[in-house]
Amino acid sequence: MGFYLVQFLGGLAQASSLFLVAAGLSIIFGVTRIVNFAHGSFYMLGAYLAYTLAERMGGAVGFWSAIALAAVATGVVGVVMELLVLRRLYRGPELFQLLATFGVVLIVQDVALLIWGPEDLLGPRAPGLEGVVRILGRPFPKYELLLIALGPIVLGLLWLLFHRTRWGTLVRAATQDREMTAALGINQTWLFTSVLFVGSLLAGLGGALQIPREAVNLHMDINIVVEAFVVVVVGGMGSVGGAFLAAVLIGLIQAFGILVFPQITLVVVFLFMAVVLVVRPHGLMGRQQATARGAGHVPEAPIHASGMMGRVAAVGLLVVLAALPALFGDYALAVLTEMMILALFAASLHFIMGPGGMVSFGHAAYFGLGAYGAGLLVKHLSGGMVAGLVSAPLFAGLGALLFGWFCVRLSGVYLAMLTLAFAQIVWSIAFQWYAVTGGDNGILGVWPDGWASPRWAFYYLSLVLCAGGVLMLRRVIFSPFGYALRAGRDSPLRADAVGIDVRHLQWLAFTVAGAFAGLAGGLYAYSKGSVFPTLMAIPRSVDGLVMVLLGGVQTLTGPLVGAAVFHALNTEMVRYTDHWRLTLGVAIVLLVVIFPQGIVGTLARLPFFRRKEA
Amino acid sequence: MAVLEVSGLTKSFGGVQAVKGVGFSVEAGELLALVGPNGAGKTTCFNMLNGQIRPDAGDVRLAGVSIAGKSPRRIWRMGVGRTFQITATFGSMTVLENIQMVLLSHHRNIHDLWTRATRRHADAALALLDRVGMASQASRPCGVLAYGDLKRVELAMALAGEPRLLLMDEPTAGMAPAERIDLMALTADLVRERGIAVLFTEHDMDVVFTHADRIIVLNRGELIAEGPPAAVRANPHVQEVYLGSGSMYGHAGGKTP
Amino acid sequence: MMLDSPKTRSRRTVLTHLLRGVAGIALATIMTGIVTEASGGAAAAEPVRIGEINSYTGLPAFTLPYRNGWELAVAEINANGGVLGGRMLEVISRDDGGKPDDAVRVANELVSNEKVDVLAGTFFSHIGLAVSDYALRTKKLFMAAEPLTDAMTWEKGNRYTFRLRPSTYMQAAMLVEQAAALPAKRWATVAPNYEYGQSAVTIFKQLLKEKRPDVEFVAEQWPAQGKIDAGSTVQALAAAEPQAIFNVTFGPDLARLVREGTTRGAFDGVSVVSLLTGEPEYLDPMKGEAPTGWIVTGYPWDQIDTPAHKAFLDAYQAKYGDYPRLGSIVGYTTIKSIAAAIEKAGSTETEAMVDAMKGLKVDSPFAQITYRAIDHQATMGAYVGTIAVKDGKGTMIEWTYADGADYLPADDVVLKRRPQ
Repeated sequence: MGFYLVQFLGGLAQASSLFLVAAGLSIIFGVTRIVNFAHGSFYMLGAYLAYTLAERMGGAVGFWSAIALAAVATGVVGVVMELLVLRRLYRGPELFQLLATFGVVLIVQDVALLIWGPEDLLGPRAPGLEGVVRILGRPFPKYELLLIALGPIVLGLLWLLFHRTRWGTLVRAATQDREMTAALGINQTWLFTSVLFVGSLLAGLGGALQIPREAVNLHMDINIVVEAFVVVVVGGMGSVGGAFLAAVLIGLIQAFGILVFPQITLVVVFLFMAVVLVVRPHGLMGRQQATARGAGHVPEAPIHASGMMGRVAAVGLLVVLAALPALFGDYALAVLTEMMILALFAASLHFIMGPGGMVSFGHAAYFGLGAYGAGLLVKHLSGGMVAGLVSAPLFAGLGALLFGWFCVRLSGVYLAMLTLAFAQIVWSIAFQWYAVTGGDNGILGVWPDGWASPRWAFYYLSLVLCAGGVLMLRRVIFSPFGYALRAGRDSPLRADAVGIDVRHLQWLAFTVAGAFAGLAGGLYAYSKGSVFPTLMAIPRSVDGLVMVLLGGVQTLTGPLVGAAVFHALNTEMVRYTDHWRLTLGVAIVLLVVIFPQGIVGTLARLPFFRRKEA
Repeated sequence: MAVLEVSGLTKSFGGVQAVKGVGFSVEAGELLALVGPNGAGKTTCFNMLNGQIRPDAGDVRLAGVSIAGKSPRRIWRMGVGRTFQITATFGSMTVLENIQMVLLSHHRNIHDLWTRATRRHADAALALLDRVGMASQASRPCGVLAYGDLKRVELAMALAGEPRLLLMDEPTAGMAPAERIDLMALTADLVRERGIAVLFTEHDMDVVFTHADRIIVLNRGELIAEGPPAAVRANPHVQEVYLGSGSMYGHAGGKTP
Repeated sequence: MMLDSPKTRSRRTVLTHLLRGVAGIALATIMTGIVTEASGGAAAAEPVRIGEINSYTGLPAFTLPYRNGWELAVAEINANGGVLGGRMLEVISRDDGGKPDDAVRVANELVSNEKVDVLAGTFFSHIGLAVSDYALRTKKLFMAAEPLTDAMTWEKGNRYTFRLRPSTYMQAAMLVEQAAALPAKRWATVAPNYEYGQSAVTIFKQLLKEKRPDVEFVAEQWPAQGKIDAGSTVQALAAAEPQAIFNVTFGPDLARLVREGTTRGAFDGVSVVSLLTGEPEYLDPMKGEAPTGWIVTGYPWDQIDTPAHKAFLDAYQAKYGDYPRLGSIVGYTTIKSIAAAIEKAGSTETEAMVDAMKGLKVDSPFAQITYRAIDHQATMGAYVGTIAVKDGKGTMIEWTYADGADYLPADDVVLKRRPQ
């Protein structure tokens, strides 16, 4: 009995930590609609700052002041990010700010390494709370009791802040209806800045409070941010109370889950999220939201088939690409091959994000399923490359068909997070099912057939398949199916009223996109010679998003340009500097500020490129 | 046979009867106005006809075939076109493409992944636009049109499905008075030349009395009057219901919620 | 600074990194690929080029001391006139970003553009395997420095791959010897939820059962790497009332586990044997809270007084003003091994080097090691001892050097596991 009680309390302590971080994220999203990837970085910053301050100041007063100061300082960093970067992006396409926050993640990682060094830093224990209390005879750390109390206290303070101050009223109003608040003439920029401060402060506080529990380390950002998103989405976006409930449930499920099935640690959170979202499409306490696109966003322009110029340019590009093997060596060809593969991957993601209006945070699942479709064929059936490249899109397409059925029932960030949940589930299967997938040690020996073995030969194969894939996706976008898909995105109400089954079309689109991502993944597997679960891990999905947004989600060529630019930056940075994350992060932030509609999206608005209205 | 026949239509929400045993019919080429004070059950009634709400009891027959409880998509396929109180068009498409989109759906082409959508039904779409006076703006993006023009596009979209019945929810809401007259005159011409039956709700009584062939009046979920405009206007019960609101007789402009 | 002048392309000031990074943005097109390629031509006193890949950004705590180690070896070798009678060693180092596919791309760049003679490095097992697969395909020698997975030299071993560090099997076997001597019969295990943790636990269980058929395993915990819920995990382990625990977690997870466990007294009266915990990389961050009494594998750098180690230690501290970590030993010995193989082969031709590697003997700061011909595993060992706290710092006491050669299975077992 005592054991279960202590396990229960442990779950609650974990829940409080999660809640602090998630509450900040939820408030920021609720008001600004920014999907803030940098939130985990602020958590990490809070921990590092608290460590340094606590070591400097020492003593009980020093310790608690350090925690408070670290939280406030982190809040200020959030404000700086808002003032310098995010502020310029509020009129960008949906989710565009996500890109900037991704840049900030990279910057903070390297800055933290430069300032605090590579070693994990074990901070002091909380003065006065070092020991344990006995609960039904079982020891339980005093500090964890403090954490347990802190969750509800912060929840209560936030409630007072939201319901007893004018600022809070504005925040709630903006959370419910951002356009309405704008129409009421409330100073939005000021509101957003202050919200970033409060949200980042909570992240910093959450991190700072960890120093008595864990060694501060450079992986804290990545380890917390995804879980914080899960808590926010399970609770219902923008609902702080929901976040609290979700954090408690997740904390307890983790605490008790490992008793029943210790191996489930990798996936339990995502399984839980998937179940919640399938049953409750807006989370536990969320309400249906006005769709995130709308006022503030420039409406997407009609698409046009390429004119004479466009066709000439496309053919010219293909000719140039076809001529490159004569000029370049193996490495350049390998990088170009990867670029083409990633361009197809980005195009497939754009297909559902742009025309389909469905954001995916888990598109790498289908890239990875394609790679495994090829890899498993090699490993278990000794299949050749041609068979592998056929099975790749089939495997991924079937996966997308299955998961898509659930996903298209949701919308907005909920849909995105459900795709993430499925991606993580697939990832953990690949990661843990050693007998079949080889686990995290992957599948080796996925080599091209003899004829495609030279780099130039494989380059041509990739050129044909990727260019073919991209052109086919483009063709579909211009087909009646593509138009109907966009119709469903533009106005679900009208689409339904003219006989278009929007969900059905989205499901098909999801499957098509999955299949093409799978083709890209299959090609990638043969280009690398090996398949690992990392191919379907979260960073790969994020890369896809970055490519699409960087190029311009509201354009058709944007994803291709985004893939090329991002991959070139990525590979070149690594060659030239140890601090490639810092430089890449700065580059992304600069690109985002210079091209606030994405590269192609912004260029297309320049007078020179603009298509005249007929 | 009447195009639309409604009988005994009933719906309640949580014990409150929103619509009680309403029955009426609309003939081809006829414009029937559905009016009533706020909260009379107009919207509920309307949404049961277009499939967004399933009725508790009663029947809705389109040319003799029951459509009660069917989905909006099915009902549209059976020949019921709609316009919305707040226009709903496809903002990222040109005006012409909006109409083509409806024609593609009408001709069951939307599972075609290969042919160029803009090359399909272009002439038919242009002809429809011409008929509503929007041909000159065919290649403009729908997202930038003036509101009155959007209403015309929506009308053309509704017509593109070759409907037998047109359901128009507050067709002139949000429009300037002069535009209202034009739009309703256009609608009246179109339905008469094509033999379409129209059921519309409307706040603007000028529009109602000018263009409706017949009027039905709802109050508290019940049908309290039915007949040609003059008869309804003279109906003491109707006058009583509308007394004080002024909207029955004055210029009740711009009453959008 | 003669020692630093040979062209090791890795240690630069932050400013230079930034400047080059900015230049990288400007030039970030594939065009730079051509430039590099064109400049990769031959020179008169041609250096031996070693392509080195590791997770410098992914795991800096281990890889930065490792880099110091190999830079020291390069400096020493070049100061003594290089290899093959005057050819300098040149290491071209790259970050793999912690991703196996990136590592393969970088390996390709090193081989195709930089024309390296040998590939070396890697930390994570899956990245090591990816590069070893690439080495097999392109027929290049690959010196896997740090990956621990047994698959590297056994199930997925190949002609071109050799591995320096003692494998998971070897390290687990070293600890089993200690564990078997304990009176404990009820055992629990806690290991990170991936291949390394899984194999370590499997091997430990199997070997311990062989030595001590009377032990039983009463609980196991598999926290997600980097995300341990330490309180719940400790609690769950304690609930099974084990007499001993086998721990495989490391890094931040270990620190949390130790702190939670110590606070709750979960390790009181319980024996713990723990993989890698005595390595300075993992022991030092715990400072005075290092778990005393744990039996661990590690590297008591401040207490080893063999001449070979003393020489290494002095040189290292003179060059960096810091003490070495285990990674430093690994980096140092990796380069020394490559140099020895080149000298033995008499050329930098891959097949000759591969043949030379088989049975190659190299003097490491620990002891002389041999690259076994049968499975390409080096016989490098580890120090096994007990953790104590001295002067507010964790250290190892009562340690002995466990020679890797003594902890490998019989040849017929190896032959069965390694494709021939």
